[in-house]
Amino acid sequence: MRDTLYIPLRPWPTLGVVAALALLPLAAATLGQPFYVVFATRVLIYALIATSLNLLIGYGGMVSFGHAAFVGAGAYAVAMLMPAGVASAWLLWPAALLAGAGFAFLVGAVSLRTRGVYFIMITLAFAQMAYYLVLSLRVLGSDDGLTLSNRPSLGLVDLNRDTTFYYAALAILLAALAGMRVLLNAPLGRALQGIRDNETRMEAIGFATYRLKLLVFVIAGAAAGLGGGLLVSLNGLVGPNLLNWTQSGLLMIMVILGGAGRLLGGALGAVLLLVVEEAIAEHTIHWPLVIGVVLLAVVLFAPQGLSGLMRRRA
Amino acid sequence: MPPSLIAEQLLNGLQLGLMLFLLAAGLTLVFGIMDTINLAHGSLYMIGAYIAASVIEASGSFLLGIAAAIAGTALVGVALEMALLRRLYRRSHLSQVLATFAVILIANEIVRMIWGSQPILLNMPPALSGPVELLGLRYPAYRLVVIGVGLATAVLLYLLVARTRAGMWVRAGASDREMAEVMGVDTRRLFTLVFAIGAALAAVAGALLGPLLAVQVGMGENVLILAFVVITIGGIGSIRGALLASLLVGLVDTAGRAFLPYLFRQMFPAVIAAEAGPAVASMLIYVLMAAVLYFRPTGLFPARG
Repeated sequence: MRDTLYIPLRPWPTLGVVAALALLPLAAATLGQPFYVVFATRVLIYALIATSLNLLIGYGGMVSFGHAAFVGAGAYAVAMLMPAGVASAWLLWPAALLAGAGFAFLVGAVSLRTRGVYFIMITLAFAQMAYYLVLSLRVLGSDDGLTLSNRPSLGLVDLNRDTTFYYAALAILLAALAGMRVLLNAPLGRALQGIRDNETRMEAIGFATYRLKLLVFVIAGAAAGLGGGLLVSLNGLVGPNLLNWTQSGLLMIMVILGGAGRLLGGALGAVLLLVVEEAIAEHTIHWPLVIGVVLLAVVLFAPQGLSGLMRRRA
Repeated sequence: MPPSLIAEQLLNGLQLGLMLFLLAAGLTLVFGIMDTINLAHGSLYMIGAYIAASVIEASGSFLLGIAAAIAGTALVGVALEMALLRRLYRRSHLSQVLATFAVILIANEIVRMIWGSQPILLNMPPALSGPVELLGLRYPAYRLVVIGVGLATAVLLYLLVARTRAGMWVRAGASDREMAEVMGVDTRRLFTLVFAIGAALAAVAGALLGPLLAVQVGMGENVLILAFVVITIGGIGSIRGALLASLLVGLVDTAGRAFLPYLFRQMFPAVIAAEAGPAVASMLIYVLMAAVLYFRPTGLFPARG
């Protein structure tokens, strides 16, 4: 029997979902709704970002309320480098990743000294500092943000084609999920979940808990930064609102909604929230009301989030 | 820089601090006693402001507006506590965040449905709209009244918490809820009471700040974050900490915005000063919070332990 923490790879469902996602642009083209490809790409990017936050909240017990700051770091890194003449995504996206990781290192090094609610608040504090910094610096476009004239280039393929961008984002998301599964099944992931459940005990048996948590915090920040870089590449614009605390809150909602501490929790929550939002927003201007009611229903009737609901049914 | 300007900014800081205290007091009690993160506290502040604006508009009486805001918002608070929060006390912080975030969305939309998306105007009473002379300083009369009401409420709340039986239950609940229950405190009713008081205080802040800031959908969110900063610095669950931290945050924020750009102009070239002054000023309270947590990881006055 496999142990309880091991995350198995179910080949057939996985293959099915990947195939469906791969065919989605074709379906959109057949239906004559090419707009949906851009929307789906945005959903994939948010799935990546929410997944990185899920690593922190669900597996590390680090409830970060400032994740939007790392997204912003990556986004602004790309938006600053492109006008400076860097056009290749092979340079821009790693730069976004590094920006997220670097900022996460600074924030994590200080924040991880606190625990519980105080950790939530100190990560929020750093994110708000970043928000106000971006808001008031004219180099970063202040209120208006920065716009890009075109998308980065990826060498052989043309990212200006929406379908190509979609596949690039899909590949990155799948790679991130696969990487996260490997990480969680590895000793590092086991230690991380041990720290989540009882940090003092892990410390007592000799784990360098602070350094382990910081390492994971930086990994999550890197993935969020990459997500930010992808977002700005897709949309061609970035504004300070990307760093506002409501964005951090929204990412947190995605994770809790999908199921914190489930491999696909973040991705599932991002897909659900954005798709529901998109679907209702067409019909009523009061769509946040509907989202609010849905969220309340989830809290009251599906305490483990949606993936928890599925597991119980299965 | 003339001393009258400094005095004026200090009074502004005091006023902001006292209003933050009205918001933070309810938040810190709910957090400290019930161990519940209530993101919807800002919505109560918004509802208070809207009720006040409507009643003042209809009746022409500012006092009546504030009274209606207090009563109405307290009722909303009680309803919210009995219908939803009661089910969340024993749940994880994450569930509470999700549920109360949902309440924010719902409250914002309901307010939008009733009052519309446009900010509404809340005029200050005409008798208070002029300035008054105060030790040679001309200061808006209305702001002075806000300071006075804020001070009076703070004293009243202090007496309630420190000198009455109900206040003793509240303090007992904040330092050890289970022990308080064992000793015969009816925490169920106590929680509802605390929530109603918190809602009423938020409504007072909303109604008083209405004429100074815009009354609009989403006004609660920014204020909410400030209130969270205050209770974190003060130590969650501590009224004394909330009061001290409110005044600290109010003064630091106001003084930073007023004096930092001036100070930077003296120290740096104009180009850098124009950029850095406002940037650092708006970051200041978050720097303060990070610094406090770095040196005292559970705030200035931890209520537990």
